[in-house]
Amino acid sequence: MIRTLLSIAIALAILGAVAAVAALMIVFLGQDWEDALLWILSAVMIGSALLVVTMRDIIRCGLAMIVCFGALAGIYVLLGAPLIGAAQVIVYIGAISVLILFAIMLTQTKDAPRALVFQTQSAAAAVASIVIAVVIGLSITATDWGEASERIRLATNTLSEELFTDPGNLLPFEVVGVLLLAAVIGGVFLAKREPGGPS
Amino acid sequence: MSNSLDAYLILSGILFSIGTFGFLARRNAISMLMSIELMLNAVNLAIVAFAAFGAFGETAQGVSRGSVIALMVISVAAAEATVGLAIVIAIYRNKRTPLVDEYDAMSQ
Repeated sequence: MIRTLLSIAIALAILGAVAAVAALMIVFLGQDWEDALLWILSAVMIGSALLVVTMRDIIRCGLAMIVCFGALAGIYVLLGAPLIGAAQVIVYIGAISVLILFAIMLTQTKDAPRALVFQTQSAAAAVASIVIAVVIGLSITATDWGEASERIRLATNTLSEELFTDPGNLLPFEVVGVLLLAAVIGGVFLAKREPGGPS
Repeated sequence: MSNSLDAYLILSGILFSIGTFGFLARRNAISMLMSIELMLNAVNLAIVAFAAFGAFGETAQGVSRGSVIALMVISVAAAEATVGLAIVIAIYRNKRTPLVDEYDAMSQ
């Protein structure tokens, strides 16, 4: 009981701190709404992504992953691609997260939360990921991206025209349809319980 | 800040390296799959950011060209999650553990 209240209090405190930072940025620093929103969404996304890879209880990892995908959908909308944000919500939050939560519940043993979370190579993995982050950051900041300064808003009807009338998109569209069908059949076949096999 | 391509690309790079760390360091197979999903999302964010800032053409048609690629990546990620989770469940049925460092059938 106490622990539940404590975690709720911590969550409310984090939310309040983020809202306070946003209000501070809008009111005092004179930044516009989009900057504040981008800061909040990226903080939520990076924070919940860190929770996904570090938390002990894997069910909570899955729930943090849903939060991460939701913040990313908000970033897509902010970028001017609302249809991608909607697809993110439907496919990732609606389908993939539920699939992963079901798989977690099917494969949990009693001692799994108590077992060691990381492998023995986790220090090397941390070094490798930090090196990757530094290399990506350096190459991003060192490259001149040209006149990329103005964002273009995307209307949904341009995207649908592009997707459904351009003959160059016909083959990828059909291939993706066949791929999804193959994945569904393959998933059912792999997870099917064989008669007389191990339960 | 929200009008610079660099900010979105660096965000995507941070998300990608978090996913890399999770994939290399976690023991649970489903945690590794979740980290792969994080990395795919990072790549998608980079594609949408490039499209929105005019890398595929400065018109709305260029943006939709990039968005089509992002939609394809999302569908392929869905197929990957289906097959990956089915494989994890199939292995779990034989080995009775979701921890990848106890999967040693190929080394015997």
